Amino acid sequence: MSRRQFSLPERSSSEPPDDTGCTILHVDMDAFYASATLLSHPELVGTPVIIGGGNRGVVLSATYEARRFGVASAMPMTRARRLCPQATVLAPDHRLYAAISAAVMETFRAVTPDIEPLSLDEAFLDVSGAVRRLGSPAAIGAQIRDTVHDEQGITCSVGVASTKFVAKIASGLAKPDGMVVVPRDEIIPFVQQLPVGALWGVGEKTEEQLLRLGLRTVADIAHTPLPTLVRGLGEATGNHLHQLAWGRDPRSVQREHREKSIGADETFEYDIDDPREIHRHLLKLSDRVAARLRGARMTGRTVSIKVRFSDFTTITRARTLREPTDTSREIYETATSLFDALGLQRARIRLVGVRLEKLVAVEAAPIQGMLGEADNGWREADRAVDRASARFGAGSVRPASLIDRGRSTARDDRDLS
Amino acid sequence: MKFRVEREVLAEAVTWVARGLPARPPVPVLAGILLEASDEGTVTLSAFDYEVSARLTVPAEVSESGTVLVLGRLLADISRNLPNKPVDVEVQGSKVQVTCGSSRFSLLQMPSDDYPTLPASPEPSGSIDGHVFTQAVSQVSVAADRGDTLPILTGVRVEIEGDKMTLLATDRYRLAMRELTWNPTDSAASHIVLVPARTLADTARSLGASGSIDVALGSAAGGDGLVGFEAGSRRTTTRLLDGEYPKVSSIFPSSSETEAVINTAELVEAVKRVALVAERNTPVRLRFTEGQVAIEAGTGEDAQASEAVEATLTGPDIEVAFNPGFLLDGLGAVGTDFSRLSFTQPSRPAVLSGQAEVDGEADTSYRYVIMPVRFAS
Repeated sequence: MSRRQFSLPERSSSEPPDDTGCTILHVDMDAFYASATLLSHPELVGTPVIIGGGNRGVVLSATYEARRFGVASAMPMTRARRLCPQATVLAPDHRLYAAISAAVMETFRAVTPDIEPLSLDEAFLDVSGAVRRLGSPAAIGAQIRDTVHDEQGITCSVGVASTKFVAKIASGLAKPDGMVVVPRDEIIPFVQQLPVGALWGVGEKTEEQLLRLGLRTVADIAHTPLPTLVRGLGEATGNHLHQLAWGRDPRSVQREHREKSIGADETFEYDIDDPREIHRHLLKLSDRVAARLRGARMTGRTVSIKVRFSDFTTITRARTLREPTDTSREIYETATSLFDALGLQRARIRLVGVRLEKLVAVEAAPIQGMLGEADNGWREADRAVDRASARFGAGSVRPASLIDRGRSTARDDRDLS
Repeated sequence: MKFRVEREVLAEAVTWVARGLPARPPVPVLAGILLEASDEGTVTLSAFDYEVSARLTVPAEVSESGTVLVLGRLLADISRNLPNKPVDVEVQGSKVQVTCGSSRFSLLQMPSDDYPTLPASPEPSGSIDGHVFTQAVSQVSVAADRGDTLPILTGVRVEIEGDKMTLLATDRYRLAMRELTWNPTDSAASHIVLVPARTLADTARSLGASGSIDVALGSAAGGDGLVGFEAGSRRTTTRLLDGEYPKVSSIFPSSSETEAVINTAELVEAVKRVALVAERNTPVRLRFTEGQVAIEAGTGEDAQASEAVEATLTGPDIEVAFNPGFLLDGLGAVGTDFSRLSFTQPSRPAVLSGQAEVDGEADTSYRYVIMPVRFAS
């Protein structure tokens, strides 16, 4: 989902767009978390709904009716409530989202194996190998949109182009529930009439720098000599933006998304100053990070924790282990010892996070055995928990200290990787 | 205080005592060496950092007895660099004058009143051959932990049962054990102590040249928390580690399926070469078949190496992977021309021991147990 909205540029010709060679599709679910949640609340369709948790959380998603009031993803809940007091606020259901996401990815896989998922609700597809079998890229896009709507009851938007970045911009312009094809010979005018903020890699900082240089549209960038761009923005950004401004994006759809680190963090409903309570949250996060690590068949050597205090100062601490690990127990023990080493005296904490870095594939990570270790240790226990989770759902087997009395649903928290 | 001493004698004595000086003294006086001149014609030098004490007495022409504390490292540097002539040491006011030939040094006196009392000179509980002890300590201390996760594992466990002494150390990845005999003053002596491995290795090395080392344990060492060593005029005490050492008796495999006898030097050379391509945390793989062991390292797109060494095999073929550093530590410690490796399964601990002849018997007085590396299935 694009951060800012841009209007669809005027097309120069009135013919139906020529999609020859536009083999890259960017498929993005429309207001995914909101649409998915509304499947079980049909009475709320057509009304402003915000998906997010508690007072302290952020907006995960909102219906288009709520967006009209200025509500946007990642906005603090308090702000969203002020902008749109009449909105219904619903708690997220991560298990449902994961299930729908998996089904949607399965639909993509029936089209092409060349899929690069960007998150739960969006992916790039390279359909060059499916054209002969399923028709033109635009036809495939329409087909995907129909299938997702029929099978999952939610809508998605599709951008069709010859490069990833143009396809991504196109799907943003197609929203909601639409499709935009950018023919190959229209790429340059299409790209160049966009504001600079539309380009991939231009965040608020870079946008500010560009505006200071007097560059408002992509065309301005395209017609600025490269040395000037490099001087103003640095070697990498300058070159990158110049390429994009001429519609050049050599990146291909990467089937395997190799993760550099895996982490999870949690913002508390209320600030916590009890170290035992923090330990419990570290256990939960370690458990989750380790499960995701194992799911990705990775191990990591560096465990890091993040602690944000009530005044928003944030610190991170990391320790590199002797051997890479994927066991919940070892990650938890390292995380708590890092936390205890901070020597906090009942400091009020707003957020904690656990992260594994320096990831290596399991196959490439030999395990140095330990003398006297049991044949079945924590590693095997974790594997058993994974199998139970696969069958009965995440969290069906978990440390006893994490069983919430009187509450069966998972608390609201965000995974970030 | 005033005395004259031979330059060689002084340099050697100061150097030995200065080994025990702390790099970052917790209190300033601990950076000093205490010199005590006695009317009996001796000078005693001492250093102490609350953990380790070192004390040495040398003959000297004492014209005035007394005690003085000077900066240890400075005194060591000076005495090493003096010309080869008699050295005069004399207290003059707040200074200590060191004169040798025409070179003169004037050192500041440190406040000797603040210097802590050294542990009493231990009474020996028995004695041991210096060479044997030094070798045994170096064989065992390679397996001690160097990290700080479990401080207890940075020690060497010394167990004494009558005239049997057993040294043992492990970092949980490998374990080294050496059995030897000593001469206890009490044939019913029974002790278990944990000595910091680094200190023990240093001590053994610095005393080992002497024929015989006196060892003091328990109350004889001047308290339960200490162990004392004495050889010739050199005396040292070390504070013991406190805590429960993990149970290790079950770690030694009770049987073996495959045994291989290999020339130690050839295997060391081959493993060193092959390990050059083994990146951090990746093992060397040893494949034992009839008549030889093939050593390999590196996989896939990484650099690879292999080499074969002659081996006498009994039992079924086996392939095992080891951390090359751990394997080389063990092979470097056996101290015999041939090494015997015993295996049960590729995922179970292997035992390394030495033997003098290719077709001889294994000498099990030293055993090095090493845990293999396995790959995730």
